[in-house]
Amino acid sequence: MKITEKEFLAPGHRACAGCGEPIGVRLALKVLGENTIAVSPTGCLEVITSPYPETAWEIPWIHVAFENAGAVASGVEAALKSLGRKSNVVVFAGDGGTADIGFQSLSGAMERNHDIIYICIDNEAYMNTGVQRSGATPYGASTMTSPAGKKSFGEDKPKKNLPMIMVAHNVPYVATASISYPEDFMKKVKKASETEGSSYIHLHQPCTTGWGFDPSKTIELGRLAVETGAWILYEVENGDFKVTYRPAQRKPLIEYLKAQKRFKHLKEAEVAMLQDYVDRTCSEYGV
Amino acid sequence: MVLKIATANRAVAEAAKLSNVNVIPVYPITPATSIAEYLAKFVADGEMDAEYVRVESEHSAMSVAIGASSTGARVFTATSSQGLALMHEVLFIAAGMRAPIVMANANRALSAPLSIWNDQQDSISERDSGWIQIYAENAQEALDFVIQSYRITEHPEVLLPAMVCLDGFILTHTVEPVDVPEKEVVSDFVSTYKPANAILDPENPMSIGTFTDPNYYMEARHDMYNAMINSKNIIRNVNKEFGEIFGREYDFVENYRCDDAEIIIVAMGSVCGTVKDVIDEIRREGEKVGLLKLRVFRPFPTDEINAVVKNADKIAVLDKNVSFDIGGALYNEIKAKLDVDAYGFIIGLGGRDVTPEHIRKIVKETKKPEKDVQWIGLREEEI
Repeated sequence: MKITEKEFLAPGHRACAGCGEPIGVRLALKVLGENTIAVSPTGCLEVITSPYPETAWEIPWIHVAFENAGAVASGVEAALKSLGRKSNVVVFAGDGGTADIGFQSLSGAMERNHDIIYICIDNEAYMNTGVQRSGATPYGASTMTSPAGKKSFGEDKPKKNLPMIMVAHNVPYVATASISYPEDFMKKVKKASETEGSSYIHLHQPCTTGWGFDPSKTIELGRLAVETGAWILYEVENGDFKVTYRPAQRKPLIEYLKAQKRFKHLKEAEVAMLQDYVDRTCSEYGV
Repeated sequence: MVLKIATANRAVAEAAKLSNVNVIPVYPITPATSIAEYLAKFVADGEMDAEYVRVESEHSAMSVAIGASSTGARVFTATSSQGLALMHEVLFIAAGMRAPIVMANANRALSAPLSIWNDQQDSISERDSGWIQIYAENAQEALDFVIQSYRITEHPEVLLPAMVCLDGFILTHTVEPVDVPEKEVVSDFVSTYKPANAILDPENPMSIGTFTDPNYYMEARHDMYNAMINSKNIIRNVNKEFGEIFGREYDFVENYRCDDAEIIIVAMGSVCGTVKDVIDEIRREGEKVGLLKLRVFRPFPTDEINAVVKNADKIAVLDKNVSFDIGGALYNEIKAKLDVDAYGFIIGLGGRDVTPEHIRKIVKETKKPEKDVQWIGLREEEI
């Protein structure tokens, strides 16, 4: 795959050292190119890239509020159509702005099948406000609002299955991806850009601050998630499901869990329960 | 000139059709629903070349509007009451992002208790959102004000969104003769939207809606404050030009028999029709009463109001809204900005009829006021 050296997200933004989010944005924009308009809801990405009077965006970019990126992108797309202009319209949104507060707006945009690419960059909690759980927080993770304690082992429900909810919206192209598998992700962005109508890509992104690992290990953590089956890479093209990366041999989940502070409280029985959940999910998805 | 028999909802939909609108994101709500329906039909029949976005909520309607406006499209939407309240967050953002959106608001009471009927609590509660607010007395004004609003909002010295307010049911569902101007004439008047502000364009990339620290936030709000002040000149000029072309001239206020009046009633919207009739009757009985109809509520035309009311003995301010414990918003603003002997009357909440008898009572109470603020038209029996 030929990858341009040109960058559309400038360095010097204010992401934490080791943050995976700008990696996702940079890779996606390398595929989409300069004729692209980006939309972001409120969240880490908005705050780190746009402290007035600075901006890290080399392409047109708009932020309006937390819960309405789907609608704002719909408006951008409708305007382009009405004015006879052509550009990619891409949303870069966090998991809170997608799975929780932005869910209705996303559902509306996908149901209307606007020609937009919605990329949820999922770091599995509200990291901008200091690590509170979201609907995308995984089973067993300790966050500031799902803390582990005497009577709690952390988040007590598995993560909301956003990509499959998008499949249920008949979105023409739905995929999962990881920043640690750049070629797989970029191929999916390419397919999304060639799709007429809506595309949804759910991009898994390790967060050094919220997950609790050394900033040098970001890519490693993303790989461990996929190699243990905690995160599965697949795409659903016009309803046809296909796993795009299958680990030769799945590693035990504990290797992924023990590398992060958010899971360090888990007892053996709880790890076994989480392993069982991952096994069942992998078997369901054929991994 | 084409005279049509139309409701105010039909009139504002016609106005949007005439105004070269590109994008219409709209969500149905009583009593604004037929605006959404007329526009859908115009687009479906090819009478209107616009993108109609069937959003899933009013919050999304305004969010689509901001996205489209920021991309360079001219936008129209309509809502009412709970819908406007749901938009609250994004109304402030539309104004702060200086998006020249035009919206019709069918004035309706806010829940609870749930009421679909008219008062003006919904738009009054958004008075600090940074939107220009214009109140129509009839369907003709509703149509004219939408057309005018595009010229006002899109002016580089303004760039604030505008809300045209029409009383729910009283205007939205009542048919009247309306002069619907020719498309070419309106098209020349409003032209097409040429963004003077930030715009999303890959040829000239900009970041819009950025995060701002205490070093800049206050300046952004101050700019909006100045823009609202500047809008007065623009509104005045647009009124004048509109009058020359369309033959109907409007001012910030309408002076109805105020010049020698001892008591002046100040009101907004459809109730002004009733008040004018009552004033004619009372004047025949020898009492000097006048009406100051406030057309533009934001910006607040202090000087224009003062010029009309300064020689009156007493002012009666009618409010179809209430700020609890201190009376109606218009009453309080008049008390705050003008040196007049004013009394506040809360009327017509949740669709309670405002009758000629009520207006007579208000005049009587104003002559010998017992209280600063009175509620008029309450049931007398216990319920």
